[in-house]
Amino acid sequence: MRLLEQGALSTSWASVSQPFLERVSSTIIRFVRTTLTIAELEARKLRHDPTELLTRAVQPALWLLVFGQVFTQTRAIPTGDLRYIDFMAPGILAQSILFIAIFHGISIIWERDLGIVHKFLVSPTPRAALVLGKALSASVRGLSQAILVYTLALLLHVKISWSPLALIGVLITIILEAAIFSSFSLIVACLVKTRERFMGIGQMLTMPLFFASNAIYPVSLMPGWLQAISHVNPLTYEVDALRALMLVGGTSAYGIGSDLGVLLAVTVLLVILGGRLYPTVVI
Amino acid sequence: MPGDDAMHNSIVQTQGLTRCFGPLRAVDAITLTVEAGEVFGLVGPNGAGKTTMIKMLTTLLPPTAGKASVAGFDIVRQAANVRRCIGYVPQVLSADGTLTGYENLLIFAKLYDIPRSEREQRVRDALAFMGLSDAADKLVRNYSGGMIRRLEIAQSMLHHPMILFLDEPTIGLDPLARKVVWEHIERLRADYGVTIFLTTHYMDEADSLCNRVAIMHLGKVVALGTPAELKVSIGNPDATLDEVFTHYTGDILESGGSYRETSRTRRTVYKLG
Ligand SMILES: Nc1ncnc2c1ncn2[C@@H]1O[C@H](COP(=O)(O)OP(=O)(O)OP(=O)(O)O)[C@@H](O)[C@H]1O
Ligand SMILES: [Mg+2]
Repeated sequence: MRLLEQGALSTSWASVSQPFLERVSSTIIRFVRTTLTIAELEARKLRHDPTELLTRAVQPALWLLVFGQVFTQTRAIPTGDLRYIDFMAPGILAQSILFIAIFHGISIIWERDLGIVHKFLVSPTPRAALVLGKALSASVRGLSQAILVYTLALLLHVKISWSPLALIGVLITIILEAAIFSSFSLIVACLVKTRERFMGIGQMLTMPLFFASNAIYPVSLMPGWLQAISHVNPLTYEVDALRALMLVGGTSAYGIGSDLGVLLAVTVLLVILGGRLYPTVVI
Repeated sequence: MPGDDAMHNSIVQTQGLTRCFGPLRAVDAITLTVEAGEVFGLVGPNGAGKTTMIKMLTTLLPPTAGKASVAGFDIVRQAANVRRCIGYVPQVLSADGTLTGYENLLIFAKLYDIPRSEREQRVRDALAFMGLSDAADKLVRNYSGGMIRRLEIAQSMLHHPMILFLDEPTIGLDPLARKVVWEHIERLRADYGVTIFLTTHYMDEADSLCNRVAIMHLGKVVALGTPAELKVSIGNPDATLDEVFTHYTGDILESGGSYRETSRTRRTVYKLG
């Protein structure tokens, strides 16, 4: 038998005869490492061509500077103790991340057509790591939005909380939101398989997700049916957590703990589901 | 864990391997073996089922019926083990144009668990082997078609696989680039002893470079043997492989709507080139 073959066979023997615990921990380590590798890949792409981040900056700027300032003047929307601009800043942050993440999945259709997905799938990388890695890359883009929104908020004298704990909380919340909506969008991409259909569905979903949340008005102002929808919309919990974490004197309606719990649970669910569906994109 | 098949040297074994797409039997009960160390060529008209065959053997596509093993591992039940032993270059030009050549390889070195201490060297070696050292830090978007193909082959051999699956490695390349790619594939086999399973539309390539060739038509293998055996089988030892091909597949150049892959290939070449 050939040398090469013997080598390959004996290494695979070794991995089979490892004790159980060692195998579990090495599986977890591998999962984390490959996830980070996929995220690194995306970060490298972004570094080669960061123009995307600049064009992404326009929308949140418009919302805060135009819509926000006008509605703060008119005081049309009752927001309790908060000025309207303070109330809406976390909502716009969440919205800008939603808009990035919800179209993120189209990249796998593109990469499928380029044969890149095939190569990932033929490698021993765990499927869920491929999904989570992509999700984290959406989070990286989300963070750039956060920097922008914080800067604008500062200019608009929003009462931002700078406590380190609050900032870390915001960071985690943002990462989870980007992970949720990008995995969701990846799942949609795996199901519809073509760019055209994907764009259609993406456009159809974004505005309803945005309006059926507490991003720019409180849930209490909504009609009953919309309130019901807003309660199963992860964006609502996202904004709720951000509002409490980002603002001085901000409060959460559902409790930060349960907000983060909901977001984490949805993330895990979608990443697992995405991992199941990912291989079907090449069929 | 190596299966029984590892006892003798067959690195690929299929038994009645079948894949249907709706009513279409894209691969129809194929039984064949590939021996370790050989260059095995799969030829056939557009839509014959070559890519479908490779996708099953590389665990991308579950078979509808039949079974197969690669490197002694079952492609369905032991897919994870199969993946560790194989390298694959898809039909479309598949390097990431927005990264440099070096980065393309680095990411895969990480995904294949090549230890940090060896990674850099392995990547540099693979680039040098494929004659891409000078272009390593250029964005792949600026590579020529031939360079992309060589980069992809470098990528697929980083982890020193036992077998490489190359789906039309020379499609869309000019004659010179084709020749260069082939020289590298040859050297790969000579230096690393890697088994090569490839598909091609170029009969002259198959003739001079493959140890054995299987001719596929409408999902079935209609002839299999060394190029010399195939020529004898049609009663003309001096025939070209083109003539053998026509003999077995008829004059029809296309046997089905394999437009999907073909159009993707074109688009990719266009986009990257
Ligand atoms: N995902 C799919 N869904 C439906 N039909 C498919 C799919 N993939 C392939 N087919 C069909 O299966 C048949 C075999 O396709 P395959 O791509 O394997 O052919 P091929 O021999 O590789 O052709 P080519 O030389 O053009 O690459 C074709 O008729 C093709 O249209
Ligand atoms: Mg093909």
